[in-house]
Amino acid sequence: MIAFAILAVLMIGSAVFTVSAKRPVYSVIGLLANFVCLAAMYLTLQAEFLAVIQIVVYSGAILILFVFVIALLSSGVRPFDVGPNRAPYVIVPAGIFAVLAFVAIALTTLRSQVATTATPALGGTTGDANAFGSTANFGLALFTTNLLPFEITAFILMVAVIGVVLIAGGEDPVTGVKRRRKRSGKRESIVKERVAS
Amino acid sequence: MTVAPSAYVLLSAVLFFIGVVGVVARRNPLIMLMSIELLFNAANLALVAYARAWGNNAGHIFAFLVITVAAAEAAIGLAIVAVTFRRTRFVDVDEASALRG
Repeated sequence: MIAFAILAVLMIGSAVFTVSAKRPVYSVIGLLANFVCLAAMYLTLQAEFLAVIQIVVYSGAILILFVFVIALLSSGVRPFDVGPNRAPYVIVPAGIFAVLAFVAIALTTLRSQVATTATPALGGTTGDANAFGSTANFGLALFTTNLLPFEITAFILMVAVIGVVLIAGGEDPVTGVKRRRKRSGKRESIVKERVAS
Repeated sequence: MTVAPSAYVLLSAVLFFIGVVGVVARRNPLIMLMSIELLFNAANLALVAYARAWGNNAGHIFAFLVITVAAAEAAIGLAIVAVTFRRTRFVDVDEASALRG
């Protein structure tokens, strides 16, 4: 209960910080805090394998990708950090819509039977080898019952990799020109040329 | 004392709406992509909470697939942002209107 309250406050705070930060780098830091708190939240829900995956995939891979793109793009001519904002125009309708939708979700959730009853104790505690949500349990479900979705996941990742290589690397998709241009201008050589004497 | 799943679901709804506001109100493409990640995570939290409530593993599998799709989406979205930025130097998604009909 206490853990849930602390984590919930931290998650909402970091999400607001992510959305409202001036620079993308600050957003990434807020998102990192959010992901770490979410992993801890998964642990309180006995989803230990998903907690590890959350840390490894999100905080490890996706956020590093964001950081690299920010670092690459903001080294250009214009400062990339300050983006314009549409907030003054949308904040009132978005607020009304959010409050209405939240009330609807809250009513539906609180009326449903399974959501309001206290969670039943499941066999085994977190840390046991075959407990609910452990790696063994998850892997058994993934590789027996849900083998086809797993294979489709692999296919999706392969398509994504090919798409990224096609979009960002190699030839320009419009002009067909190779992206590697010759550098214009002379490079200064590191070794100083000897003055011909 | 255990926490009822409704608390998790309501927290997930709050996070989802914060993410929606981020997608709608910001015009920096990178922050929009990060807000989309927030949306994915809010959905995942609801899935895992209901998986715990039912004592059923399927929600975990679903959350795993969502994480995979989120990774693919982030990679492709960032590639598109990088290519567009290299060509037009925009920092504003409204300036990228080459496909407008």
